[in-house]
Amino acid sequence: MQRRIFLKQGAFALVTMGLNPSFLRRTVLDLELPAAAKGKVLICLFQRGAADALNVVVPFGDRDYYALRPRIGIAAPSRGAVGSTAIDLDGFFGLHPSLAPLHTLYRDGILAPIHAVGSPSATRSHFDAQDYMESGTPDNKGTRDGWLNRYLATHGTCESGCTPTPFRAVSMTQQTPRILQGPQETVAMNSLEEFSVRAAGSDAQRLESLYRTGRADLVHGSGTEMFEAVKMLKAANPQQYRVANGAQYPNSQFGTRLRQIAQLIKANVGLEVAFADIGGWDTHVNQGGATGQLANRLGDFAQSIAALTQDLGDRMDDVVILTMSEFGRMARENGSAGTDHGHAGSMFVIGGKVQGGRVLGRWPGLAREQLFEGRDLALTTDFRSVFSEVAQTHLGLRDSAALFPGFTPSPLGVL
Amino acid sequence: MSAHRIRRFAPIAGALLLCAVTLPAQRADMAAAQAADREQTADQQVRHVLSRLTFGARLGDYERVRAMGVDAFIAQQLQPGKIPDPVVTPLLKELDAYNKTPAELRRDYPPPAQLQQQLARAQQSGAQVDSQALRRQAAEGRRPYADIQTARVLRAVATERQLEEVLVDFWLNHFSVFGTKNAQMRYYLAQYEREVIRPNALGKFRDLLGAVATSPAMLTYLDNFQSTADTGRPTLGRPMERAIADRRRQQVLRQNPALANVAGRRGLNENYARELLELHTLGVDGGYTQQDVIEVARAFTGWTVRPPALAGNDDFLFNPLNHDAGEKKVLGTTLRAGRGVDDGEQVLDLLAAHPSTARFIAHKLAVRFVSDEPPAALVERAAAVFTKTKGDIREVVRTIITSPEFFSADAYRAKVKSPFELVVSAARATGAAPDRSPQTAQMIAALGQPVFGRQTPDGWPETADEWINTGAILNRINFGVAVAAGRLPGVSARSWPLMQELAGRPRDEQVDGVARALLGGEISPETRQILVDGNNPLAGGTASDDEPPAMGRGRRATMGPPPRDAVRPDPQMGAQGQMTRAFQNLPPLQGLQQIVGLALGSPEFQRR
Repeated sequence: MQRRIFLKQGAFALVTMGLNPSFLRRTVLDLELPAAAKGKVLICLFQRGAADALNVVVPFGDRDYYALRPRIGIAAPSRGAVGSTAIDLDGFFGLHPSLAPLHTLYRDGILAPIHAVGSPSATRSHFDAQDYMESGTPDNKGTRDGWLNRYLATHGTCESGCTPTPFRAVSMTQQTPRILQGPQETVAMNSLEEFSVRAAGSDAQRLESLYRTGRADLVHGSGTEMFEAVKMLKAANPQQYRVANGAQYPNSQFGTRLRQIAQLIKANVGLEVAFADIGGWDTHVNQGGATGQLANRLGDFAQSIAALTQDLGDRMDDVVILTMSEFGRMARENGSAGTDHGHAGSMFVIGGKVQGGRVLGRWPGLAREQLFEGRDLALTTDFRSVFSEVAQTHLGLRDSAALFPGFTPSPLGVL
Repeated sequence: MSAHRIRRFAPIAGALLLCAVTLPAQRADMAAAQAADREQTADQQVRHVLSRLTFGARLGDYERVRAMGVDAFIAQQLQPGKIPDPVVTPLLKELDAYNKTPAELRRDYPPPAQLQQQLARAQQSGAQVDSQALRRQAAEGRRPYADIQTARVLRAVATERQLEEVLVDFWLNHFSVFGTKNAQMRYYLAQYEREVIRPNALGKFRDLLGAVATSPAMLTYLDNFQSTADTGRPTLGRPMERAIADRRRQQVLRQNPALANVAGRRGLNENYARELLELHTLGVDGGYTQQDVIEVARAFTGWTVRPPALAGNDDFLFNPLNHDAGEKKVLGTTLRAGRGVDDGEQVLDLLAAHPSTARFIAHKLAVRFVSDEPPAALVERAAAVFTKTKGDIREVVRTIITSPEFFSADAYRAKVKSPFELVVSAARATGAAPDRSPQTAQMIAALGQPVFGRQTPDGWPETADEWINTGAILNRINFGVAVAAGRLPGVSARSWPLMQELAGRPRDEQVDGVARALLGGEISPETRQILVDGNNPLAGGTASDDEPPAMGRGRRATMGPPPRDAVRPDPQMGAQGQMTRAFQNLPPLQGLQQIVGLALGSPEFQRR
């Protein structure tokens, strides 16, 4: 944080002497980080509300599954019933039929589902569990920053050098999410359109002038940076990039936000970490089976992600998409044809370099004695192992200890 | 406790350095200020107390405080009970959900989820239901949360007891709770503000601490309501009672295993104990160990909220059947076995009287009132007063806001406004009628500080480096432009008397008039120049469109009536829609509106 303020003040001090601040700032950072970026991007997608992993990646080969879920269980794959039964992955697991767009990625070998993964904390509170997954410190509420912000502090792909831009970390959300909170600069925006000064030309000019003159302090420095970021985004004009390769994003908020993340990547604004979230997973009542509430959510989710990968095309070699949800749901359906809060869940890892086409993670089983506290899917993979592996293998982070203090990851070989 | 040494010749240099402005300083004022060991000029002192003891000056406040004297104003604000508050009281009565008890709220505003479930079930069974009515009721269910947010903003904007309100804000943030942690929290928020925080905001710290510890809001937020003695530990209560309680618990769990968390998954929960030590009293370096956390948590086992199923209100309930009856040792003091609720009370006594607490609270108050890095000598003196007066908050605050450090040149304009302070100060400066809809609160949320919306127990930041970043500045600038364009009903400049007064005047007079109202007349020559003629004093391009400035030098600006459709509030709009719509298609600002927009978006207005 000290460094950030110094840079702002240092850069600003010279502005008043007539030097161009962007030139100056880059010079300062260039000394520190000389070479070029590798262009790697990590996109984290959070399913808020606890997605029902057992109906997302369906363990149709587990004989206990259908006994636990007589009303909402997804039927085993059957050739004559495409669209209403699970899509076979490996003879034991299948994808929910709404996830057909993701099955294509699985077949191409660039998508790996991970099962029985999550936070070791026993909490069943959305609030606590999201907090732990974003801070990266299960059962410790004292952590002030998110693990993605701690990643930014380690330089990651910038370690061997690059020039961080204002758009190194972008969250397509109203407010900076917990996962990105911390001393490193990040940008949160509802949409690309909203990241602009809402004043007519001359008014905006005057406002900018107000921040470029006067005291050399944090407010003026941030203001100057902001006008530069707005200018940079305007010059890069991400909206000029059309959707490529025939990709079709759903007309949903989530779909729109993924489309704009793709535009930021194509516009080469230095994006390295992107974040978006999607709600509606807290299916306590009438969750549905092959169709219904959860199926609709999964449809939007899968179509948006599939469109993003198709849109990015070859760029997917440099991109990893990581999906997560705070916990899974109870193995047994409840009295309202829904599911209550559970424990372990599932994730998807998607990317050109992902060793996909197989389901990862040890399956703990669904028999009563195999369940966590006799009711929930047990945990066999700590989410921090997956995050660590992605940060190290994909982004080139040398030591993941800074991300997850005191945790020793066990890599799954996903990349 | 050594006296703070003041640099005698700093005032003039400091004033020039900080604001690059020359004011007609009166000799008498200067002499008075120096006699009182204050570096700030008399005018600066007036602006300073208004920017720190209130949520921002209203029109006429400068003159009022100058006339009564800075010290009389401080003394008055320290006794809020004696200040009549005629505007706010009737307005608050209109906010139905702000004035009810948790039980009344639960009865009158059932949780939306519960209604949606009813709706879903009814639809599935094919029964004829009035789904419209159910939906309306579900929307109403948000009122307990919405009304307390509205009330918070309304009071901050309109109350005469400004220092009390600043301290209510401070303590609500110090003892932060998250309004949507679960479905129950919304019912506790109004009571928490009304009955727990407000009556103690200038009282004794121990009373405040105790009120918080037994409040449904904090017991729920930090999970103490479900903290019970670990298995195998002795508990209180007669053996027969314990056996019955155990059997009842087993029955409940068999019927609905999902209740495991609530119905007695027996075990210690350290959450409250940890935050009590780290955030509420001693501070993270206050000298406690992990073992202290565990012992404190054991002391508070059985402190819970009366469940809604039991008759009566959601009051504090001590359940001896869940209380760890063993001996505890907290910060070196032994709490003997078998006592019960006295364990927790004694822990609170120990913590409130601890020197680390005195320092921690004194420091945090000095950060709020003086600067992000307050002088150590001031913190020491304030901590000593805390100890000597047994935690009398009024006296600690008095020490801080009458100190030479408070009136130092370094402290002047040294704080950056939080989004709450920014929006409220704009509402006060523009003289808008207090907003009785949730829209002003939604704007504060859109700027990044939703009321009761801090997830983590540390509360919102008190320092500038956490509030100011690229996106935040952008939102603040857009906020200023939108206010000037009349897009925000809660903060509209339309009813501003000064607009009429300045209409038709030459532009430089208008600039000075707006600067007087919004910036206390303090405007740097550069800023004034930009507001007057819009010339960019720096060569080279800007981030903006390359359109020529609309206003020429010396042009007489006119201020017509604002367009009728400028404000069209939609009560159903969420914070996101609010931000988006408020900022859509903003017209180029003309004349006075433009000056107001620029002044609200200026770096100067971000400070207090």
